[in-house]
Amino acid sequence: MAIGHPGNAKRSLFYSARFRGILYQVVVVALVVALGWYLVHNTLTNLAARGIATGFDFLGREAGFDIGESPIAYTPADSYAHALVVGLLNTLVVAALGIALATLIGVVVGIARLSGNWLVARLATLYVEGVRNVPLLLQLFVWYGIVTSLPGPRQALNPLPGIFLSNRGLKVPLPEAHPIHPWLLLALLGGFGLAWGVRRWAIARHDRTGRPFPWMLTGLGLTLGLPLVLFLAVGAPLAMDVPTLRGFNFAGGGTLSPEFAALLAGLSVYTAAFIAEIVRSGILAVPAGQTEAALSLGLSRAKTLRLVIMPQALRVIIPPLTSQYLNLTKNSSLAVAIGYPDLVSVANTTINQTGHAVEGIGVVMAVFLVISLALSLLMNWYNAKVALVTR
Amino acid sequence: MSLFKSMAAACVLVAAGSFSAQAGTTFDAVKAKGFVQCGVNLGLYGFSAPDDKGNWSGLDVDACRAVAAAVFGDANKVKYTPLSAQQRLPALQSGEVDLLARNTTWTLTRDTANGLNFTVTNYYDGQGFMVPKKLGVKSAKELDGATICVLPGTTTEQNLADWFRANKLSFKPVVIEKNEELTSAFFAGRCDSFSSDASQLAAVRANEAPKPDDYVILPDLISKEPLTPVVRHADDQWADIVRWALFTMIAGEEKGITSKNVDQMLNSPDPEVKRILGVTPGNGKALGLDEKWAYNILKQVGNYGESFDRNVGKGSKLKIERGLNALYTNGGLMYSPPFK
Repeated sequence: MAIGHPGNAKRSLFYSARFRGILYQVVVVALVVALGWYLVHNTLTNLAARGIATGFDFLGREAGFDIGESPIAYTPADSYAHALVVGLLNTLVVAALGIALATLIGVVVGIARLSGNWLVARLATLYVEGVRNVPLLLQLFVWYGIVTSLPGPRQALNPLPGIFLSNRGLKVPLPEAHPIHPWLLLALLGGFGLAWGVRRWAIARHDRTGRPFPWMLTGLGLTLGLPLVLFLAVGAPLAMDVPTLRGFNFAGGGTLSPEFAALLAGLSVYTAAFIAEIVRSGILAVPAGQTEAALSLGLSRAKTLRLVIMPQALRVIIPPLTSQYLNLTKNSSLAVAIGYPDLVSVANTTINQTGHAVEGIGVVMAVFLVISLALSLLMNWYNAKVALVTR
Repeated sequence: MSLFKSMAAACVLVAAGSFSAQAGTTFDAVKAKGFVQCGVNLGLYGFSAPDDKGNWSGLDVDACRAVAAAVFGDANKVKYTPLSAQQRLPALQSGEVDLLARNTTWTLTRDTANGLNFTVTNYYDGQGFMVPKKLGVKSAKELDGATICVLPGTTTEQNLADWFRANKLSFKPVVIEKNEELTSAFFAGRCDSFSSDASQLAAVRANEAPKPDDYVILPDLISKEPLTPVVRHADDQWADIVRWALFTMIAGEEKGITSKNVDQMLNSPDPEVKRILGVTPGNGKALGLDEKWAYNILKQVGNYGESFDRNVGKGSKLKIERGLNALYTNGGLMYSPPFK
């Protein structure tokens, strides 16, 4: 480390850029750690001084409040930890579906903005500029207002037999539980696996011989056909659990609640406007010469987009798209405003009832951090996969 | 850390105060500054809400005005501090307000661990249910399977879940944080019922329902919420003044003394009326107040019945029945100890 001046080691050490670099870093880390320790210690001391209980023991106690909708079994007799898991699952469900829907709408609108059709391009512009410039919270209120202004359950709209649309949500018939169901799922997965294999084989053969194979259609046939054959083989058990009006509301069948519908619509429509712009910028980033070259090689329009433009555009699209996915996931916490029982909503009630505000907020923050980091890792892996390989 | 130390020092001081013989510090401070600083609700129609000119009115506001009338002979010597549910207890504990009259439920924890003293309950409330009339529901027991709109409060959600479990009924909650969003969802028909403190239901029905007559509040109450003006622990003289100012309003109704007939009542032969109105002196001196203290309350604020009718009862938009808040002679819980 010491450069020159062997007679004055101290002086030379300080003048060493490398040593100073390390020293500054150590000082900064020490300051950050000290600040963190001070904040934690100060909070704990003050909470203790006010006689406010701290710790995570409350998670095991009985929650005592009910939750409107839950993907898993839950009753008020379950623990706070169980209630928070229900909230987490609700958040994950709406975030996952929201990301899928927002991507779908965003890609379509993004391509539409580049369309040669004047009306289509202008409508897409109107959508993007209208939606992304209005705060999401207001949009959620509008969606919730629309959904709750539907007629009541006793005057429910009945567009198709067994399907009811009212201000209590969308009720649909569900197949009654049957022992064949897990096997059908297994057949679906098996079919999908076979389709994947066919795709790999088709691509390898195409690379080798140049002969194309319709792997998409074959794959679709395999994925859907296998469960269908099994279903017919056991005699097509089609007993349905149809929703019926009983007392205040419909009983039986499946439900899409107004809160969930409004939140999902709000999140995906809002985020899709940003995704549309990202897709548009990605496509425009590919030089026009690429399209012209592909077309002059005889590739169809669709194949040009799929095989030439998109693989190059994705490199530009993926990083900002990751941010939008993270935004959508975090925005799902606006659910408290329209009554969807997401993690934040459940945590709020938990904090109100137990008084463990610091711990409750800490749990919510940690969970969102983990979700976001996981999503980020996944997208970074995908980004590395589609990145241009330079040789 | 220095903040923590000063807080700790303040805590020690407060604790030490309870052992010293010194009493009446709040009273002295109030007299010195010339007004009562009263903590009230941010705006709950019938209890404490400002009108378009900024004048506060309501049942809780009348409690503040009664104390000011007793101390200063002028019910208008009050300054109001609007407080949220989270702010209210710290504001009183820290001395920001002298009196908290903000529909606050009297509970054991607040009365002890939180360092407060509750005075006289000025409204006996309970959590209830509001339903659309066309649903034809007559009792909360018929709400099996109902969807219920509820605010995320300290105990509201839990009371609801407890009650339905105890009665082996089921329900679906819709929990929305903002009051206006929740009530508009209910009036749009998202829920079969709206559950909150019954007085709040009445206020929402009167002010926010498109057609108030289309909604009914069910008679069942599923919790006890004695709403009580509250002061700091260990200030006995101040607690006594607030307590007896509130009792004066009840005693006034018991004896038929109103803001209109109080001057004629000065000539009443009833010895209790003479003691209340200070014709027979003694009560004022005992409290450290002017002998006209109770006369001033009844003259300027009125008795409890007048206050109730004007703010939440027949004379108001809320039209709440007296129920538990009637005088004990009429089957209610309002009862004043003797003015002797």
